[in-house]
Amino acid sequence: MSKSVVIVGASMGGLRAAEALRNNGFAGRITMIGEEAHLPYNRPPLSKEVLAKEVTHEAVAFKLRSQVEDVTWHLGDPATSLDLDKKVVTTASGKSFEYDGLVIASGLRPRVLDLPNGKISGRHTVRTLDDAIGLRAELVPGTKVVVAGAGFIGCEVAATARGLGCEVTNVAIDPYPMIRPLGEQLAAELQRRHESHGVNFKLNHGISDLIGTEKISGVVLDSGEVIQADVLVEAISSHCNVEWLSETKLDISNGVLADSALRAVTTDGASVEGVYVVGDLARFANPLFDNEPRRIEHWNIPTETGKRVGSVLSAYLADAENFAELVATPFMPLPSFWSDQYDMKIQGFGMPGLADRYELVAGELSDELVMGYFRGEILIGVVGIGMTSEVMKYRKELIS
Amino acid sequence: MIAINVDMDKCQHYGQCVFEAPDIFKLNDDDKLEFVATADDSRRSDIESAVDVCPMQAISIVE
Ligand SMILES: Cc1cc2nc3c(=O)[nH]c(=O)nc-3n(C[C@H](O)[C@H](O)[C@H](O)COP(=O)(O)OP(=O)(O)OC[C@H]3O[C@@H](n4cnc5c(N)ncnc54)[C@H](O)[C@@H]3O)c2cc1C
Ligand code: SF4
Repeated sequence: MSKSVVIVGASMGGLRAAEALRNNGFAGRITMIGEEAHLPYNRPPLSKEVLAKEVTHEAVAFKLRSQVEDVTWHLGDPATSLDLDKKVVTTASGKSFEYDGLVIASGLRPRVLDLPNGKISGRHTVRTLDDAIGLRAELVPGTKVVVAGAGFIGCEVAATARGLGCEVTNVAIDPYPMIRPLGEQLAAELQRRHESHGVNFKLNHGISDLIGTEKISGVVLDSGEVIQADVLVEAISSHCNVEWLSETKLDISNGVLADSALRAVTTDGASVEGVYVVGDLARFANPLFDNEPRRIEHWNIPTETGKRVGSVLSAYLADAENFAELVATPFMPLPSFWSDQYDMKIQGFGMPGLADRYELVAGELSDELVMGYFRGEILIGVVGIGMTSEVMKYRKELIS
Repeated sequence: MIAINVDMDKCQHYGQCVFEAPDIFKLNDDDKLEFVATADDSRRSDIESAVDVCPMQAISIVE
């Protein structure tokens, strides 16, 4: 009988894995199990241009290539458990799916604040298309928007909401917006630019409660200060969607631990044959930097990990002679990210967050620029605002 | 032959495609994208990679 693959999580990572399985010659059955009712779509526009326009599935859907025409989509019914010995995934509706190969691609969901008066309307997160549709409806000119969290998504939502004519306050416990990837100097400059576009910052502060009976009318900071609000957007951090794996012996302490072939690893440190992890959930070591397994929540990682899994898993299922060789091939994808805020095109490569030092390597801080991030003498990251060709020069250095 | 299309309303000139298929995509002196509109079938795999890496999902292969 021909072999079958089950992919849990019908988003970018799962889609790329399915395509890569087909591109590497796997001809058996592929079933995609997804919690969301939608076919795979691209998330980055949800906090950027799509949020500023009309949000539709069509505007963000990934094109389905001919390779994946025969994939079976089982949508709107999340996986609830996995039996590694019997090789079966069970879903909320009680269906079970046997597999020879399993791809874990269930990604993240936003963490929300736990607040005493939390059960009122006007609270939003931005992870799914449905989230973005709901938020978009509230972002009309003059709306008072409080954004909790000043990471990528928080900053993008703040910029987009300003562009739509909302009054925006960004509350974050960090000292500067996007400090982790950018470092203090560039993060302070980013804050200045947001302020020049009219965003009000409350940094070094958390939110301790909400005001309002049915709908939110204000946000209480941990200092006691109250900020008027019609809408609260929570972009503080994420939870890993691993609850369906909780009965297994997989190491799910932070995402799902994976070896360099992206096979899932147990709490005893053993790789599980036939079970693979992709995308935001995959915690793996990248020899480009060091041996520390990390999750990387950037958009190019679902594609890189999906391709890797497609090649290794198809060889495994075919009992191919080159399987051992493929497993032993180092996996070292270069993380890449970008962000659009106002007229700024921010683009980065590598792991600037691991740097012990940074240096302006091109341009000027108040204008277009390129910042280099170093660990010791070694360049480990680069971030540019504009100056694409310059950024690309340093990108080359990162992989050489 | 493969026909390539880039939706210039979507393209933000990030240049990620350039790394995947430098013979097809390049950034000009003003950092704007230029590309050749047709390519040999042998280039399909690299062009598909360019489609994958484009942050704006602006590139399509016209079948
Ligand atoms: C608003 C927003 C903006 C972003 N902008 C950028 C950007 O500008 N640049 C950048 O580099 N990155 C950006 N990212 C990050 C990027 O989109 C993610 O890295 C990418 O989506 C991860 O893909 P994934 O397939 O691993 O996970 P996801 O896309 O999260 O997919 C996981 C899927 O699994 C489903 N699922 C969960 N649990 C189950 C279950 N038990 N059973 C079945 N299905 C399940 C989920 O519903 C979801 O559809 C952004 C993300 C968001 C949300
Ligand atoms: S990767 Fe996409 S957005 Fe960037 S230059 Fe190429 S086509 Fe344009």
